[in-house]
Amino acid sequence: MKDFIIPSDKTFGDKDMGTPAKSGKPVHLTIDGARVTVPAGTSVMRAAAEAGLDIPKLCASDNLEAFGSCRLCVVEIEGRRGTPASCTTPVHEGMVVRTQSEKLQRMRKGVMELYISDHPLDCLTCAANGDCELQDMAGVVGLREVRYDAAPEKANHFATRDTSGQPNPEWLPKDDSNPYFSYDPSKCIVCNRCVRACEEVQGTFALTIEGRGFDSRVSVGAENFLESDCVSCGACVQACPTATLQEKSVIEMGVPQRSVVTTCAYCGVGCSFKAELNGDQLVRMVPWKHGKANRGHSCVKGRFAYGYADHPDRILKPMIRERIGEPWQEVSWEEALGFAAKKMRGIQEAYGQKSIGVITSSRCTNEETYLVQKLARAVFGNNNTDTCARVCHSPTGYGLGQTFGTSAGTQDFDSVEKTDVIVVIGANPTDAHPVFGSRMKKRLREGAKLIVIDPRKIDLVKSAHIAADHHLQLRPGTNVAVVSALAHVIVTEGLADESYIRARCDWDEYLAYAEFISDERHSPEMTFALTGVDPEVLRAAARTFATGGNGAIYYGLGVTEHSQGSTTVMGIANLAMLTGNVGREGVGVNPLRGQNNVQGSCDMGSFPHELPGYRHVKGEEVRSIFEAAWGVQIDPEPGLRIPNMLDAAVDGTFKGLYCQGEDILQSDPDTKHVSAGLAAMECVIVHDLFLNETANYAHVFLPGSTFLEKDGTFTNAERRINRVREVMAPKAGYADWEVTQLLANAMGANWHYTHPAQIMQEIALTTPSFAGVTYDLLEEKGSVQWPCNEANPEGTPLMHVDGFVRGKGRFIVTEYVATEEKTGPRFPLLLTTGRILSQYNVGAQTRRTENSTWHQEDLLEIHPHDAEVRGVKEGDWVRLASRSGETSLRAKLSERVSPGVVYTTFHHPDTQANVITTDFSDWATNCPEYKVTAVQVGLSNGPSDWQERYAAQAEQSRRILPAAE
Amino acid sequence: MSPEKLTMMANQIAAFFKTQPGTDGAERLAAHLNDFWDPRMRAQFFAHLEAGGQGLDPLVVDAAQFVRRPAEA
Repeated sequence: MKDFIIPSDKTFGDKDMGTPAKSGKPVHLTIDGARVTVPAGTSVMRAAAEAGLDIPKLCASDNLEAFGSCRLCVVEIEGRRGTPASCTTPVHEGMVVRTQSEKLQRMRKGVMELYISDHPLDCLTCAANGDCELQDMAGVVGLREVRYDAAPEKANHFATRDTSGQPNPEWLPKDDSNPYFSYDPSKCIVCNRCVRACEEVQGTFALTIEGRGFDSRVSVGAENFLESDCVSCGACVQACPTATLQEKSVIEMGVPQRSVVTTCAYCGVGCSFKAELNGDQLVRMVPWKHGKANRGHSCVKGRFAYGYADHPDRILKPMIRERIGEPWQEVSWEEALGFAAKKMRGIQEAYGQKSIGVITSSRCTNEETYLVQKLARAVFGNNNTDTCARVCHSPTGYGLGQTFGTSAGTQDFDSVEKTDVIVVIGANPTDAHPVFGSRMKKRLREGAKLIVIDPRKIDLVKSAHIAADHHLQLRPGTNVAVVSALAHVIVTEGLADESYIRARCDWDEYLAYAEFISDERHSPEMTFALTGVDPEVLRAAARTFATGGNGAIYYGLGVTEHSQGSTTVMGIANLAMLTGNVGREGVGVNPLRGQNNVQGSCDMGSFPHELPGYRHVKGEEVRSIFEAAWGVQIDPEPGLRIPNMLDAAVDGTFKGLYCQGEDILQSDPDTKHVSAGLAAMECVIVHDLFLNETANYAHVFLPGSTFLEKDGTFTNAERRINRVREVMAPKAGYADWEVTQLLANAMGANWHYTHPAQIMQEIALTTPSFAGVTYDLLEEKGSVQWPCNEANPEGTPLMHVDGFVRGKGRFIVTEYVATEEKTGPRFPLLLTTGRILSQYNVGAQTRRTENSTWHQEDLLEIHPHDAEVRGVKEGDWVRLASRSGETSLRAKLSERVSPGVVYTTFHHPDTQANVITTDFSDWATNCPEYKVTAVQVGLSNGPSDWQERYAAQAEQSRRILPAAE
Repeated sequence: MSPEKLTMMANQIAAFFKTQPGTDGAERLAAHLNDFWDPRMRAQFFAHLEAGGQGLDPLVVDAAQFVRRPAEA
């Protein structure tokens, strides 16, 4: 007899265990004679599955709560009458279960017979053939005949016409409105899995079952899927046991035969996926259930928006040109790299060692980023390296570094399941971090409280089955005043956790801070005039946060992208320390990172003042580690940050740039300043998938590889290092790390990496927080969170558990300083910017997928009151002007913004939202102030002159001459 | 970089350090510039200062004594 114990999660099997895992005390039972031990609360179905005794099922899935509708999973339990459903029956001590008997088989066969009597028998030509649970279960129960007549003249849901040729009123046509999946009602068995997935996993509640009994139908409560509330996350498609909800790619290409586990390359959540293929053709992406960031869920981007990878716009041949006015010339890799190397070395000879630099990509792998900064430091011989984290989370690095001693987010995503009060500041997780947004909503439905601090009514403020308890709808640019007012209430009302502060923080600094923050000028009543936040609402929110149990703060770029971004981050850290909310599950300070590897690109030393592992270049000891490893001298002076590079370019002291996987012309503020800087350079090397906007000013184009075409690692917002695996060969011949190595060697380096694992080895050797990271460990564990070293061999889910990294947590005085960017008679409105679910950042990828079905252009959200006084109606072209520039786009009237505030996204290059944004930036880090721009809005006839000139220039600069043979 | 922009950036940093308790604001401001400003920015800073330092916050001027002079322009 075999004994089974409480199973571990280490095997990474794909088997569906039927019901979710539980974590109670051990319970012992016997199933079909086998002794099984499982945690209390586990279902009989799951206990049996753990023992390898799979009970037939249709409506059960281990990512959904048991439902008990299909009756296929019936079992016999000694001492109990009848045949209970094993999915809804929890185990108890000493239980004796039989999963198979003549009676059970007869019952199951009867159930299947009924199902099949109303199901088409076109299995051979069905899209789910070979991947259909209904088919599997018919086989398992031994269904051999269907006695109930399913003839066309009888009521059924699948025949289009009866025998007399009359249309069958029960039959409904396929809904193909969603670009990625189809809904075929004729194949539905009404198991409810799709409806439950939409509710429990995604939390959108777009689906329901309408009607009763034979009339039951899955319904979207709208004309079709596209018109409904559906967010196209695909959880329903994944849940469907039949071909009712089916990926269109599977309908076209067939059921995939092999799979590779890898990591999504969109946002900072870092979802794990199984890329499923036939040959090297990607058929579909399915979220991997063992992925610790996403736990088997995904959003529309990760699951469906991979079509850019083989979009015809991809450039697969290297190209060069002497001047940016000329057309591109396709050349060999050797010629392109030789051309680039000669230009870059020539610039250094003419203008000095510090006249060139790099921008590393937060889209590329850790290994690739590490090599690009190494290129600057070891081959160029300077520290001119920066990354797009400059324009998003650099204030997090500075602010958390000053207060806690490390810029790391403190928690893992699982932590939200233990949170009682969630605070969301300047972030919009349901659009920008959708999978984590769903996990957050799940916790809110379980009863956690929610405080939203945002100028807009984001979806979290009110949507299906969730609502914010407090929405602090502040005026853009007043974050510090609001955060300080919250702290003022906590301190002056005696709600600070003094025993925590005494034990964990510097007490003297706290006393100075408490005196500062207690001053009346920080009270909600006094700051109301600045912030526009009702003092009573603010006081109530502060009390909820301080007294509501585990409080966790999640924040995004609405915090960082301000003149006082770093100060707000410090203010957030103060709030967490004041309330004792750092150092255990369910609490913490959690920056929601924008890009897939923005955490990693910062970890890898992309910043001009820091070597890998956040160590300042001025430190001799740190430099000597890298000098020994690389065999070069390292410059002890900090290099240029991105905005400084552009200023230096205009000044004539910065002339050459290698820009990997980033489109600074579209994504960075004050477009005219960026283009002037780029135009002033003599060699711009763009390494990318597409001829992006920056490439309009480039002299060398090196084709990039997608995340599907290389090995490496990404590090997500939880500091989780996830493997990226090569799913198909690089379409342009080389993975990005190979291209950087070729460029380095063309410039005289002598690098010999043959696999990214060797690069990780070098990172581990030089960087203490990565000391224990190897590809073997990642293979074994699936993923690890840094620090991963001798002290934490399996990584670190929670930071600051026994004390802050810097020793004592440090309170920092956070005085509100108004931004220079002020409204006035010429520019009376405040513009703030953000992202939308279906598009991703500059849209280079998502615009080249069917995701554009949902969002074809950037719109200006404007309050109906502001619209009315300007004569603007829904859909009108409006001119949006700031002191930096002007552009035109269409208006969308919306009460999500307050009067006085307008909002737009920046996904489309023809909108050029960044023509409007200014060159103001965070005081400490130069992170641009995207989130506050004083603007005016007026009616216009269409695109502005600038937009038309820009489009003409872009077209001109994208001309390509074929290679001379 | 224009002297106006450089002045604005320096003054923004001063605005933070002026609010901090203690009397070492000038040292801390200078440390910030030493840590994050590349040598050519510091050279521009000194050039502006020596040309009269128009618009610079007094704390910035005071901090200049602690700012590391770049070896090269």
